[in-house]
Amino acid sequence: MDGDNAFLTAFHLILSGDPALAQIVALSLRVTLTAVLVSCLIGLPLGAALSLARFPGRGAVIVVFNALMGLPPVVAGLIVYLALSNTGPLGFLKLLFTPTAMIIAQSLLITPIIISLTRSVIDELWSEYEEQLRSLGSSALRAIPTLLWDGRFSLVTVILAGLGRAMAEVGAVLIVGGNIAGYTRTMTTAIALETAKGDLALALGLGIILLLLTLVLNAGAFLSSRIAQRQAA
Amino acid sequence: MHGTLSILPLEVADLRYAVRGKELLRGLGFKLLDGSRTVIMGPNGAGKSLTLRLCHGLLRPTGGRIDWSGPAGGNATKRHAMVFQRPVLLRRTARANLIHALSVSDVPRAEQAERAVAALAHFGLSALAERPARTLSGGEQQRLAIARAWALRPQVLFLDEPTSPLDPAATRAIEQMIQSIHDEGVKIVMTTHDLGQARRIADEVLFLHHGRLLEQAPADQFFSQPQTEEARAFVKGELLW
Repeated sequence: MDGDNAFLTAFHLILSGDPALAQIVALSLRVTLTAVLVSCLIGLPLGAALSLARFPGRGAVIVVFNALMGLPPVVAGLIVYLALSNTGPLGFLKLLFTPTAMIIAQSLLITPIIISLTRSVIDELWSEYEEQLRSLGSSALRAIPTLLWDGRFSLVTVILAGLGRAMAEVGAVLIVGGNIAGYTRTMTTAIALETAKGDLALALGLGIILLLLTLVLNAGAFLSSRIAQRQAA
Repeated sequence: MHGTLSILPLEVADLRYAVRGKELLRGLGFKLLDGSRTVIMGPNGAGKSLTLRLCHGLLRPTGGRIDWSGPAGGNATKRHAMVFQRPVLLRRTARANLIHALSVSDVPRAEQAERAVAALAHFGLSALAERPARTLSGGEQQRLAIARAWALRPQVLFLDEPTSPLDPAATRAIEQMIQSIHDEGVKIVMTTHDLGQARRIADEVLFLHHGRLLEQAPADQFFSQPQTEEARAFVKGELLW
């Protein structure tokens, strides 16, 4: 059966140390982890700021970011494609069909997730901390780093949600990356391609490797956060 | 605090506070002077904590005035600190909690570590310095919260029921800290509904009931000859609501 074949294929692929596979895995990790990093640099402070700030239209902004958590990847890909295409406003950067374009598309996809989930974590923390921090003389701006650090254990889960979304995503990277072998081919686009070609065993093998990678990343984050939490309570 | 200008006296006039039309404080007026320990007493819901929060600037009054009318009163905000009934300590070490507070109040970075260590040592808390604050016992957490407030070198220290969730040993430790801070010349303003504690600490009593100030008197006078029916009942330990 294909299922048995798939496990054998996955096993074989991993053991063979196939350079093409290694390259695909490396690119997948590079694109996804960079996108997560960029999204965190933007999303964590912005999410915390959105939690603390009071301005007219704040409710609408929150709803928009919540809705953007469900932004379809192909739409994100299309937006970045239009922006980066030769006739687009950022066409002069010549970034279309490069890993950088893939990072931009994934960042666009997961930054709203980081913002919305961070806001909700910080909302809860702020209701506990507000009086004390204001009593100490902390401005809302100064409270942002305090709250992000004190919320670090909950925020690991927020970051993992973003990571999961980026790892699993295929539509956006396919559109802006183009699935060019040896250059912009990732785990997910390779799976889509092999499935289309009918090599289900290879596709499933790649799928198993992708699942294992995701599992390892999550286990690593979970364990390190657990250990740190035990030390800092 | 000798050698620095005082923010005291604190003059409060016709202080009102209402939430959704419900009047919680109905025109309080009092004057707090330097040197003495003022204890605000009254049954639950009298408005004790509200009064502290308003004086500390955490809440905005719906009416009336709160004036720090001393020579340094124009810049009073950073000269008074508050200790809450349930202190909120940050998820980091005891020492890092103090450093955070000093950093927030713009103490130069070079001085922060030194002042944090000194504050812990001053109250015999050095052994706890590297412990995560959230793993400390309730009494230790409250002592740390007081050390944190003290490290900011306030002229006035507000304490809101600082010992109510604590056992007698921890309560005693806290009362000793309050005493030593008072001895250093810091004005103490605290709330309590514990009569014994009020007798031990108070130089002066403000008695609140249903959002009104019924009495302001020297402690011995308040406890021996309360002027109002409510205060008499309260001092006798009768249930009052």
